Amino acid sequence: MQVDVANVSKVHFSMKGEPLLALLDVNFQVEKNEFFSIVGPSGCGKTTLLNLLAGFEQPTRGELKVGGRVITAPGWERAVVFQEYALFPWYTVVQNIRYGLRRKRVPEPEQRRLVDHYIGLVGLGGFESRYPRELSGGMRQRVSIARALAVNPSILLMDEPFASLDIQTREYMQDELLKIWQREPKTVIFVTHSIDEAIKLSDRIAIMGPRPGRVEEIMIVEFGRPRDPTNPAVVRLAAEVKLWLRQQVFGSKSAEDAPHADQHMAG
Amino acid sequence: MSGAGRSAIPPPSSGVRAEQAREKAGYAAVEAPVRATAERRVPVAPEAFARLAASMVPPPPPTWRRALARICRLWLLVAFVVIWELVSIFGQRVNPQLDVMMPPPTAVISAASDLMTRGVLFTHIFDSLYRVLLAVGAATALGVPLGLAMGWSSRFRFAVDPLLEFIRPIPPLAWIPLSILWFGIGDVQIVYIIFLAAFFPVVLNSLAGARDVDPYLVQAGLSLGARPRELFLTVVLPAALPHIFTGMRVGLGIGWMALVAGELVAAPSGLGYMINNARTLFRSDYILLGMVLIGVLGLVLDYLMRQAARLVMPWHKGQ
Ligand SMILES: Nc1ncnc2c1ncn2[C@@H]1O[C@H](COP(=O)(O)OP(=O)(O)O)[C@@H](O)[C@H]1O
Ligand SMILES: [Mg+2]
Repeated sequence: MQVDVANVSKVHFSMKGEPLLALLDVNFQVEKNEFFSIVGPSGCGKTTLLNLLAGFEQPTRGELKVGGRVITAPGWERAVVFQEYALFPWYTVVQNIRYGLRRKRVPEPEQRRLVDHYIGLVGLGGFESRYPRELSGGMRQRVSIARALAVNPSILLMDEPFASLDIQTREYMQDELLKIWQREPKTVIFVTHSIDEAIKLSDRIAIMGPRPGRVEEIMIVEFGRPRDPTNPAVVRLAAEVKLWLRQQVFGSKSAEDAPHADQHMAG
Repeated sequence: MSGAGRSAIPPPSSGVRAEQAREKAGYAAVEAPVRATAERRVPVAPEAFARLAASMVPPPPPTWRRALARICRLWLLVAFVVIWELVSIFGQRVNPQLDVMMPPPTAVISAASDLMTRGVLFTHIFDSLYRVLLAVGAATALGVPLGLAMGWSSRFRFAVDPLLEFIRPIPPLAWIPLSILWFGIGDVQIVYIIFLAAFFPVVLNSLAGARDVDPYLVQAGLSLGARPRELFLTVVLPAALPHIFTGMRVGLGIGWMALVAGELVAAPSGLGYMINNARTLFRSDYILLGMVLIGVLGLVLDYLMRQAARLVMPWHKGQ
């Protein structure tokens, strides 16, 4: 396994200074080149978990390891794609994508080659010298993905990357991400609050529940890709997961009237 | 639920069967009676769309029309000057003192040509301009690094803040007596007064700028491998630039105020000196000229600052 999250708990402090348990005893492992999603209602600690994996914050308890080594700081082997893109507004598309390569002291000609490659990969040819402000949301997120991929990470951490895109763009970006992932295999840890998105993309899905945030369940998605969201089996799986999650989050009462409620829900 | 176990939800027994089901579903969907009613459009090349877009917008008006339109936007200013002129000229028939109390704009123009032929006008302008620019330049050179450092390090901010907030409320003019004792009468003393006035807006805006950095951009920089120095130069500084420019513009404005006050009290030259000197001679046209010149210089400098900001920050929407 490549990523090992072992008994991780994280305490945040509110504005008033009250401690708040954002994560409790989170455990999971991610294999190399696996597409691993984390779903859960908002506020359940998904971003916190990703921040720990990125090395922006340290866990209060427990350990996070990559390749057997404890994460203590951000690093190039773990690139991050943020929900709101987090592109540098003062840099053009090319300068944004080149940012990590320059910090990495990659030789100039190699930088140019890589930037060209990733601009092609995410389909941004012709927009090289635009500023982020001049791009649409989908294009910004593609720049952000290219910027993350350019430093050649072995792990891509994505925090609800498509949540603020319109549905058509989102589905297109999901397909593109899968293509990129299949062409240049990487471990992807993908945070989303959309179960449909997680089922479409992932090898495995960790389902988190809130207050305190913890991983309630890890499920394996065994359909071959590309996955058709209208495939009845996929539809049923999504419905089951949603129902199950609703039971976990809001108690079991609302589950009575839903179809397929008890067939697979015995856990 | 027992933490992170394997799924309690078994995946459908056969992926293959699922694929077949999908194909069947897809086939059915094609046969479904959905009718598209849109007309077939002839495909158009992108360049054609560009030409179409150009043909849809009206041609730009000729240059002279645009110049005229720009002047027309200043109608309030023009009206103000014209009314002032009329009130002053016709008012003098009723009250002759108005000649001194409210000299007409035309008198200001003749005062300007008067002082120009005597060769003193540009000396006053240049002396004042030189002092303001020197002082605001010094305030920028010291204030921007100080403000950014305070924004970068809370520990530094906590150390410096009390001292700064203690000095800040003291009016620059209150420094005049002491500064004369320290520096004597002359450029150094006046520049010091203007510097004090411009320094705090520059520091506080730079500080606000450095603290206003989007935390996600800091995280992005860190995760892409920026070391502290690089993070400062590539993330914090550019993010703070708009605030820094604002601080410099405010500093310039306050600098002019401090300049005139400083030159009124003790100066061998400059626009403030010119105004004060004219007061003792009852030359209100010179006074008004001095005021107008300060206004115009302030306007021009602010315009230049904004142009500089646009040059330095092409990504930033104009101010
Ligand atoms: N920096 C922080 N300081 C205090 N509380 C925080 C901080 N970040 C997150 N939290 C709290 O921790 C919980 C989990 O937040 P987050 O990880 O952002 O959830 P999610 O990404 O799943 O929506 C929330 O209750 C949130 O209010
Ligand atoms: Mg979040």
